[in-house]
Order: sequence, then structure tokens, then C-alpha cells
Amino acid sequence: MNYGPLLFFGIFLTLASSWCGLVLIPQLQFGRLEPVTVEATQQLYPPNRSGLAERGMAVYRANGCLYCHSQQVRPEGFGADIQRGWGKRRSVARDYLRDIPVMLGTMRTGPDLTNIGVRQASAPWQLLHLYNPQITSKGSIMPPFRFLFEKHRIRGRPSPEALLLTGAFAPEPGYEVVPKPDAEALVEYLLSLKAITPLPETK
Amino acid sequence: MNSDAPSSFASALSPATDPEPSTAPALLAEIDQSCRAPVLALFGCGLVWLLAGTVLAELASLKMHWPDFLADTDWLTFGRVRPAHLNAMVFGFASECAIGIALWLMCRLCRTPLRFAWIILIAGVFWNLGVLVGIGGILAGDSTGIEWLEIPAYASPILFFSYALVGVWAVITFRFRREPRLYVSQWYILAALLWFPWLYSAAQILLILQPVRGTVQAAVNWWFAHNVLGLWFTPIGLAAIYYFIPKVIGRPIHSYYLSMLGFWSLALFYNWNGMHHLVGGPMPAWLVTVSIVASVMMTIPVVTVAINHHLTMVGHFHKMKFSPTLRFIVFGGMSYTVASLQGVYSALRSVSEVTHFTHHTIAHAHVGMYAFFTMVVFGCIYYIAPRLTQREWPSASLIHVHFWGTAGGILLYVGLLSFGGVLQGLAMNNPNIPFLQIVALTRPYLIIRTVAGIIIGTGHLAFVINFAWLLARQFEPYRGPVPLILAGTQPVK
Repeated sequence: MNYGPLLFFGIFLTLASSWCGLVLIPQLQFGRLEPVTVEATQQLYPPNRSGLAERGMAVYRANGCLYCHSQQVRPEGFGADIQRGWGKRRSVARDYLRDIPVMLGTMRTGPDLTNIGVRQASAPWQLLHLYNPQITSKGSIMPPFRFLFEKHRIRGRPSPEALLLTGAFAPEPGYEVVPKPDAEALVEYLLSLKAITPLPETK
Repeated sequence: MNSDAPSSFASALSPATDPEPSTAPALLAEIDQSCRAPVLALFGCGLVWLLAGTVLAELASLKMHWPDFLADTDWLTFGRVRPAHLNAMVFGFASECAIGIALWLMCRLCRTPLRFAWIILIAGVFWNLGVLVGIGGILAGDSTGIEWLEIPAYASPILFFSYALVGVWAVITFRFRREPRLYVSQWYILAALLWFPWLYSAAQILLILQPVRGTVQAAVNWWFAHNVLGLWFTPIGLAAIYYFIPKVIGRPIHSYYLSMLGFWSLALFYNWNGMHHLVGGPMPAWLVTVSIVASVMMTIPVVTVAINHHLTMVGHFHKMKFSPTLRFIVFGGMSYTVASLQGVYSALRSVSEVTHFTHHTIAHAHVGMYAFFTMVVFGCIYYIAPRLTQREWPSASLIHVHFWGTAGGILLYVGLLSFGGVLQGLAMNNPNIPFLQIVALTRPYLIIRTVAGIIIGTGHLAFVINFAWLLARQFEPYRGPVPLILAGTQPVK
């Protein structure tokens, strides 16, 4: 192997093979999937996200939630995702058509979030959990996202968005903790995570 | 050299043991002189990134069992520090050192000096700028959210420009070669230099500039991310092992035929591996299966290379005691075998079902990136830096601290975290175990990881001090034996 051009050709050809196999062919096979109209509701699936939820997705991305939370339910009989209640069916390619970037995740330091909007649909719960996971899930190793909230002195009446903090978590008297817009957006995104609509390919 | 150093230590680093009598020392000196500024600059900056990456790693590790630690600052939250750590290590430390090693090896093997070395210096400045802007962006919240490609789109052109200079310049150096025969290391380096820009630009275009739809992104993502290790770091690491084992022990590589088999089987199979990161995911089954098959086929290049290296080393293992280069390189080479075989079994569906979403995968990534590649990089710097500076390593004790800290630390890290990961995976697949109980189960392993990180960090610190001291010796008057006599007219005593 002392002939340069032959070496270059081989080097080129080998990577070209997997580029075709793992990039080009998947693009041809399912790169043009379209949302479908669900018969029962006559609505498109996956639905468009609201602007606020899109912004929340950016917060999710910026703060690296994907390094601890996956967004994919493995099929029945492969792991215990469905028995754990993380989803009613496996995830399929169509579930992700609206996602840029697709954040499947590769780690489950925390639970899967594919259906967190179904499993924990309460916005106040989500906000409390983000403010300090110990309030809702004692023993969790999720970091508190206090920087998504602000503490300020109560002027006049308490604001309706203020977190209901009690005991050791409560701020000093006369103060309240309210979510910043980023926290509201993130919760909106989390509540939008639902992949329960039955699809032909999930049957 | 410190007085406490074994006397044989100096001889292991001296040109007296240089197993290349046919090469005119003058030419080697000319080559080393031409590489001096750019390669030392790349190593130096790389080591600064190594320290930065170590601090980020330690922060991330602490946060995993102490979630309240530095939790009130957005740019220090776990989800930003972790990708900052990865990118500092991968694109800062490892890539810069890889480029330095590849250029030096290329010049040595082509028997030609590095022409217009200032071009590489400029490339180095831009590469560092790109990584700095990129990591700043990640900490500021601009991460792309794509694993191994978190560096925001505004930093990538800087990196790409810099890489273009390096890649083109390395190929030009190759064209100017005076040695008609190609050594196996050159195959690997050329391959890495051509594969990397393809991977990076394809991923950049298909994931960030013109994102493909849906889970095709995941396919592109893991085709890219797995190949950064497989087709960028692995070939350069193997090129270095193929060069330094024969160089240090003074005998040729065992088999040319095995080298060739190892190279082409790696080229054929490694780049098909990526989809094993998506086992059980929302992907067509064939896609994942193809990657599992390719992962199992990796046994061929890995075992071939392991046999080839082992049969070269047989009877010479005792030299590891005296040569830090050999010690680190052999440790790295053995870890390559372990990492790849671990990769083979982890790719199997039955194993992946348990280990996929756990710390086992994190441990595996560190066997590959650290126990293999990083240790090889250390070994290379121990050989190259004294030849470029014309000075000996100042402290043998610091070399010992470096080796035992990094080797011991990574063994502790990988061993326990792999085990803990399996327990975590088994628990997760048992729906009767509440999730928070699994969190509690993994906690002791996460704490040990932080301890292992401190041990590894101590090793890094020792190395960086030794390296800085070596550079500082430039300003001292010359004394004692040097690796090469510049003019090549007088033998070393």
C-alpha cells in the first residue's frame, strides 16, 4: 500500500458506504414522513406546538435536560418503559416530525419524558418541581432551577402565579416566588409532550 | 532530570536508543525544528483545555450527587456544564493534541520538514478561538441540543476554517514526502484527516443548517458522533501506537499483513456502528440491526490490531518501567481492545436493553476517549515534547504521579461506573422498583466517580506542571543530554 491515490480512493469509498447506508437511505425511507389526520378527532398528528411551547423547547435545549431525560418509549417486551407508565405505546418516527432538534436522549438519570404532559398534567406541580425537585420528589438528584424564578417583595396583593411554598421551602414573610417567562414556557413545553395518539404503525 | 529518577529513565528518552540508525540525525533535527512552534503550541493549548475540561467534569460529577451545588447560576447548571466538559475535551484537548501528533508523525514518516509552519500556528489560533466561542456559547445557553455537536452554529465556521488549513497542509506535507514507502501510521492519519471534515460538515449541514426531518436527525447525529471517536480519534491513536511501540522498543511491527487487515477492516466496519446508540428507539429495525452487525464485526480489526501489537511487544514489556511513552501507549493500546470489545457486547440488543440508558454507557465512552485515546496522547507528548524543546522532562516524580493518577483514576471510574450502570439498568427494567429508589441506588457510584475524577485531575495537574516546566527550561542555558543534537555532527554521550 504505497500508492497514494489507491489509498485515498479506499478511504473515500469506505465512508461513502456508510454515508449512503446510514444517512442517505434513512432520508429516502422516512425523511419525507408527513403528519397524518387522526380519524377520531380530524386533527393533524403530531400537532403544531404553540409559540410558548416552542420557546419552552428552547429552554429545555439550552439547559441540557436531554442529558438526563430521554424522550422515547421502547416497545413492549423491550425494557419496562410501558409497564413503568412512561407511555401507552412505543414511540415511532412520526412522533418527532415537529422537533428541531429531535431530543431522543441517551440517558435516564431521570425518568423518560415522552408523555410527561399526560403523566403529570398539573402546571403548578411542574413549577414546584422545577423550582426545587425536593418539594415534590424527595431524594431526587435533579438540580433545582431557581434561576428560572424570581423572589420579590409582595406589593399589595400576592400575585396569582406565586408558588405555593410551605415549610422550609417558603421564602421569608412578605416575599413570594414567581416563575420567570422561561419557566412558564418550559412548563408549557413539558405539558405539550404527549405521544399517545394511536397510529397505524403503532398497532 | 531529578536526582531521584532512575538512570535508565534518561536513556529511554535519549537518542542513543533511537532505533533508526539509517536516518540522518540532521534530517530528524530539521523536521523537529520545523514542527517546534506549531506542535508545542497545539500541545500547550490542548493541555489548558484538558485542565478546563477536568474542572468542568468535576463540577458536573459533583452536581450529580449534590444537586444544590452552584445551582443558582444558569450557566453553571448541570445541563450546560456537562456538554461544555465534553466539547472542551473532544474539540479542545483531544483534537488539538491529535492534530499536533498527526502533523509531527506525518513529517517524520514522510521525512520532510513542515513547510510554512506559521500556517499551522494561525490554524491553531483559530481553532482555539472556535472552541472558546463554542464553549462560551454552550454555557450561555446557545447549545444546539445535539450530542457531540453542541457547539453553536456561529462558532463552527471558525473551526471549519482552521481545520481546512490543517487538513490541506497535512496533505501537502504528504505530497512533499521524500520516503516512497508508506508506513501503516500514515494510512491511519490520512484517513482521519479526510474522514473528519466529511463527518463534521455533513452533520453540520444536515442537523443545523438544513435540518432533516424527524428521527433522520437521530440517524445523522449518531452516524456523526460515533464516527468522531471511530474515524477521527481512533485512527490517530492507532497511528501513534503503530509508530511508538516499534520506535521505543527498537524492533519492527510484527506483521505488515495484519496491519493491512486491521486498517481496512476498521475502515469498512467502524463507520457503520453509530445506530447502536438507538437500540429500541423509534427507528426502522434494519437500521439498528445493520449497526449491531457492524459493531460485532469490529472484533476483526480490534483483535487483529491487538495481536499485532502484542506480538511486537512480547519480550519487551519490562521496558514500560523505564519509558513513560511506552507505559502510556501500551496502557492506551490495551484499553482500545477493552473499549472495543465492550462496545461489541453493549451493542447487542439483549445487553443494550439493560445498559443503554445508564451510566454503563458513560463509562464505556470514557474507556474509549480516555483510557485509550487520552492515554495514547500523553504517551506521544512524553516522546515528542523533549525532542522539540531539546530538553529532558524536568521531574520523574511528576511523571509517576501522572501515570498512577490517571491510570488508577480511570480504572476506578470505569470499573465501578460500569458495574453501577448494570445495576441501574436491571432496576430500571423491573417496573416494581420505584424510580427514586434507582436514583438512591446509583448515588454511591456517582460519589465514587467524583473521587476518581479528583485522582485523575491530580494526575493532569502533575503533567501540566511538568510540561510547563519543560517549556520554561527553554530559557535556561542548555545542560545535560538532549534528545537530538541539532547539527547531527556529534554523538550524544
